[in-house]
Amino acid sequence: MSSFPAAVPFPSREAGGDAPAFNERNYLVQRRGLRSWVFTLDHKRIGVIYLVLTSLGFLLGGIYAMLLRIELLTPGPTIMDAMSYNKTFTLHGVVMIFLFMIPAIPGIFGNFFIPLMIGARDVAFPRLNLFSVYLYLLGAGIALYGMIHGGADTGWTFYTPYSTTTITKVWPILLGAFVLGMGSIVTGLNFIVTIHTLRAPGITWMKMPLFLWALYATSVIQVLATPVLGITLLLTAVENVFGFGIFDPARGGDPILFQHMFWFYSHPAVYIMILPAMGAITEVLCAFARKNIFGYKAVAFSSLGIAFVGFFTWGHHLFTSGQSTVDAGIFGVLSMFVGIFTAIKVFNWTATLYKGSISFQTPFAYVVAFIFFLIFGGMTGVALATVSLDVHWQDTYYVVAHFHFIMVGGTITGFLAALHYWWPKITGKTYSEKWGLVAAVFIFLGFNFTFIPQFLLGNSGMPRRYYSYPERFWPLNVASSAGASVLALGFLMVAAYLLLSLKYGKPAGPNPWGSRGYEWNTLSPPPEENFLEQPAYPRAPHDYTDAAAAEGTR
Amino acid sequence: MSAPSEHVAHHFPDLPTQAHAARLGMWLFLATEILLFAGLFTAYALYRMLYPSAFHGASQLIETSMGALNTAVLITSSLTVALAYHFSRQSRGKLAAALLGITLLLGLVFLMVKYVEYSHHFHEGHLPGRFYRYPGLTVPGASMFWTMYFLMTGLHGIHVVAGMGVLAWLAVGSWRGSYGGAYTSPIEVGGMYWHLVDLVWIFLFPLLYLI
Repeated sequence: MSSFPAAVPFPSREAGGDAPAFNERNYLVQRRGLRSWVFTLDHKRIGVIYLVLTSLGFLLGGIYAMLLRIELLTPGPTIMDAMSYNKTFTLHGVVMIFLFMIPAIPGIFGNFFIPLMIGARDVAFPRLNLFSVYLYLLGAGIALYGMIHGGADTGWTFYTPYSTTTITKVWPILLGAFVLGMGSIVTGLNFIVTIHTLRAPGITWMKMPLFLWALYATSVIQVLATPVLGITLLLTAVENVFGFGIFDPARGGDPILFQHMFWFYSHPAVYIMILPAMGAITEVLCAFARKNIFGYKAVAFSSLGIAFVGFFTWGHHLFTSGQSTVDAGIFGVLSMFVGIFTAIKVFNWTATLYKGSISFQTPFAYVVAFIFFLIFGGMTGVALATVSLDVHWQDTYYVVAHFHFIMVGGTITGFLAALHYWWPKITGKTYSEKWGLVAAVFIFLGFNFTFIPQFLLGNSGMPRRYYSYPERFWPLNVASSAGASVLALGFLMVAAYLLLSLKYGKPAGPNPWGSRGYEWNTLSPPPEENFLEQPAYPRAPHDYTDAAAAEGTR
Repeated sequence: MSAPSEHVAHHFPDLPTQAHAARLGMWLFLATEILLFAGLFTAYALYRMLYPSAFHGASQLIETSMGALNTAVLITSSLTVALAYHFSRQSRGKLAAALLGITLLLGLVFLMVKYVEYSHHFHEGHLPGRFYRYPGLTVPGASMFWTMYFLMTGLHGIHVVAGMGVLAWLAVGSWRGSYGGAYTSPIEVGGMYWHLVDLVWIFLFPLLYLI
């Protein structure tokens, strides 16, 4: 057994063996031409395509977000009328959730790194993988068509009877979300089968990188919950277009049934967003603390625990929808179980950091931000799961701030940590560390400035989805809009220095962080065949036991 | 890692692993299909509980014998598709293709029976929601039975058509000798899908026709 990372010898193509190598014969250039991208079956290229597409989705959703914050800068109408405001917040939600949050981390990093982490040549079903990209494009296309031709004013939740009686044209967006859901199912199915069947000899279930456990749990939710959303959206579209009466009280239908069926998917869906972020954070945290994860099994199984209990919490969205007190109490307690599993992760991460040899670089800055947002968002989530408190906070900005802390604060910092950590592997280039830290500070402060005022607004009773408000809410709304500008600036900085690094960045070398993750066992960027020869896996994936010595054998 | 067969994709170590992956993938896909229908079954359960007499009255208007005939047709088709897989494993591709062809014909019979039933309901005004215009049954919730009936059998019918497409493609491949011996997973997973289509009907038949 040789020293890490030399489980596979890296042939340096540069003169002078130790110089950082840039693998010229890599997956990005081994095949050329547009056709080689449009019909690619390479999981790495599909990951890169997802990176481009979901980033565009994030940009679009972000533009909608800024329009909302500008509108809310003054108490009355500012730049748009009430209907435009309703359409804008609907599209902000739809775009951010279906075009960015759900597909981003699995689509980009899952596709790119699952095979690299299990020593495989590709995912189990490469054609299905490409198909999922086209489903994404088709779904996004249909939804965008709907946004341009009419838009929808129902909120991303499409609650009946809003969505069945609205004067806006809601069915294209419903259909688009249905197709996007199919893409999500295909991705999840592919990952589960890949992890079951393609692990290289030596990688047992208990030696899998923890990112894979998180993605496995995510995939289970994607496969089991998304079809229910699919049928719900189809039923709503049918109701909207044909008036079959299924959710229409005038014809004996029950609109509350929609809420049950919708949240049966859409509550677990928030774990589709956060679990991959938790997995990525675990990888980055171990690499930058230079320590093996504390409590591998606890972290692995808590992912499955969140996925499991997540299926039994949907009722906490219906506390004020006529649910019985007993049901509400049960759903409230079950929702708090999510907090227990999340806390297991947070304590294990903290114990991993304890006495670690921490290197505070950009990816690690996002780890710290992630843990902060997760605890803040998680604790307010436990508060919201308390029925008596929720009745007061229902549909106020408190809820908005809570889910933005988890879904935006948590998922985006997890996404950015992953993006910065794996950028050298994906592109073979290093970005500007200095600008990386500056942007991280902007994003962290900007985020808090945006959403902490919203907690205060919600607690004093400002309802969500209103485009005007009494003057006493003015100062906090200005603070929130100002914070959003700082946040947006931070994201633009990230986009700028990452794009510049493609041209001007220094070659990264195979393993710039000295990580022990299996995915670093190959060149940067990897060749199309992933590994020049099948790597050996003598160590656990997060094992840094001999890092200081740099050459110990275990 | 040498490929023992032309049918093994480059990223699989051997044919059994690839067949296992295909089977696992199909099981997961069937799980998604069951959950897709589960939404409709949930709605059915709710409305049946809310409007028991309307559902009972409306289900009297359906010809049970037609449903029973279709049940027999689909169960027989499940047998023929299973036999097709059996003979495919013995590399008797043409016989397997013939059995798949019989399965297709049975699927067609199912759709034809369904067409006769649908035209009857359209004629009588047994229709969902705002289209309902049957004077014989006016209790609240009567139109909801037909909403559920058309949504459930309609979604099932779409699956029958999709399954027939898959079986036709497999029949052509089997006739040309693409499958046989150790490489039969396409017929196996295609057959699994057809069994699911059959199974969903076995739940729809009692819920809509019998009770």
